[in-house]
Amino acid sequence: MIKRMFIFIMLALMAFIFFNLASNYTESDSLSKLGQYYVEKGPQEIGAPNLVTAVVVTYRGLDTLGEVTVLFISAAGVGLLLRRSRRKQDEQTKKSDITHKAASEIVETATELLLPMIILFGIYVFMNGHLSPGGGFQGGAIIASGTMFLLLALPESHLSRLMIAVTESLSGFSYVVVGVLGVIWAGGFLDNRFMELGTYGDLFSAGAIPLIYTFVGLKVGFELSAVLDRFRQEESGSA
Amino acid sequence: MNILADFPISLIVLCSGFGLILLGLWGMLTQRHLIRIIIGFSLMDTGIHMVMVSIGYVTGGTAPIINDAVPMSEAVNMVVDPVPSALVLTAIVIGLGVTAVMLSFAVRIHRAHKTLMIDKLTESKW
Repeated sequence: MIKRMFIFIMLALMAFIFFNLASNYTESDSLSKLGQYYVEKGPQEIGAPNLVTAVVVTYRGLDTLGEVTVLFISAAGVGLLLRRSRRKQDEQTKKSDITHKAASEIVETATELLLPMIILFGIYVFMNGHLSPGGGFQGGAIIASGTMFLLLALPESHLSRLMIAVTESLSGFSYVVVGVLGVIWAGGFLDNRFMELGTYGDLFSAGAIPLIYTFVGLKVGFELSAVLDRFRQEESGSA
Repeated sequence: MNILADFPISLIVLCSGFGLILLGLWGMLTQRHLIRIIIGFSLMDTGIHMVMVSIGYVTGGTAPIINDAVPMSEAVNMVVDPVPSALVLTAIVIGLGVTAVMLSFAVRIHRAHKTLMIDKLTESKW
């Protein structure tokens, strides 16, 4: 009872703080100084029409590298926590062979038809990250949703661990290499201007941004796929 | 609808975000089931994202993407702040990673104890 009272008092105090913040809130009618700088100088300096991309990939590129690292560590943590001993795994695959029912022909055909389109859409989203809404993380999430679809529709399908690990490591490594090339040929780490900025608004423009977002998209997509695969094995293991 | 029209749109988003934060905190503090606690965390996370996005809103602003509708010369007066949007993008991905790790801990706990009720996990009680 006392515990409940404490929780109630704490939530009431939080609500009071939030109420004060909200009642003193006035919508701003102009950009902050930093935002103004990015909006004014971003298009010329970076060459990307999507200003959020310009901020994420170049102005705050180091944050994004940290973000990719956090995602990598959490994927590695999931892998470490959900691993099983090999002997146990073999027993379970034997067991799960009996319990699994094959998917119907409709589900199989629909998966074969839709999966390439979902992956293509993911690639489109991360390739066009500097031109339209979207980017590496969003495109990666779409690719991972394709993997989720595959695992739900055809539970017995097998994802190659090695392929996932190699692609993920290579794209992560290339991301850092592109960042270092910025130090050598341009203004600093993750500077996108070591490549030609190109025609403003073209697919291959904005320097290294499409390259960086491709690596980020591949890395995020494969990482999330690996996480989904881990949870899938857990599910089929206990069945 | 008339009452809502008096408030700026970002204030509504801000208050919804605060509401989600409180709801998530309440869930994390009162629920005894691990999955529900994780759902509470996700709700709080989403609430924080909404608060962050609403702070970047500029009256009448549109998405910070330069195109035919938003010419480069007038963009400063037409778009919302791109910085909070970029920060929220980061925060969403990190929230996802944290949730995945929490869920795999829940799986491990269930494997060891065959339960997800935190009352039954007595070895961590004091």
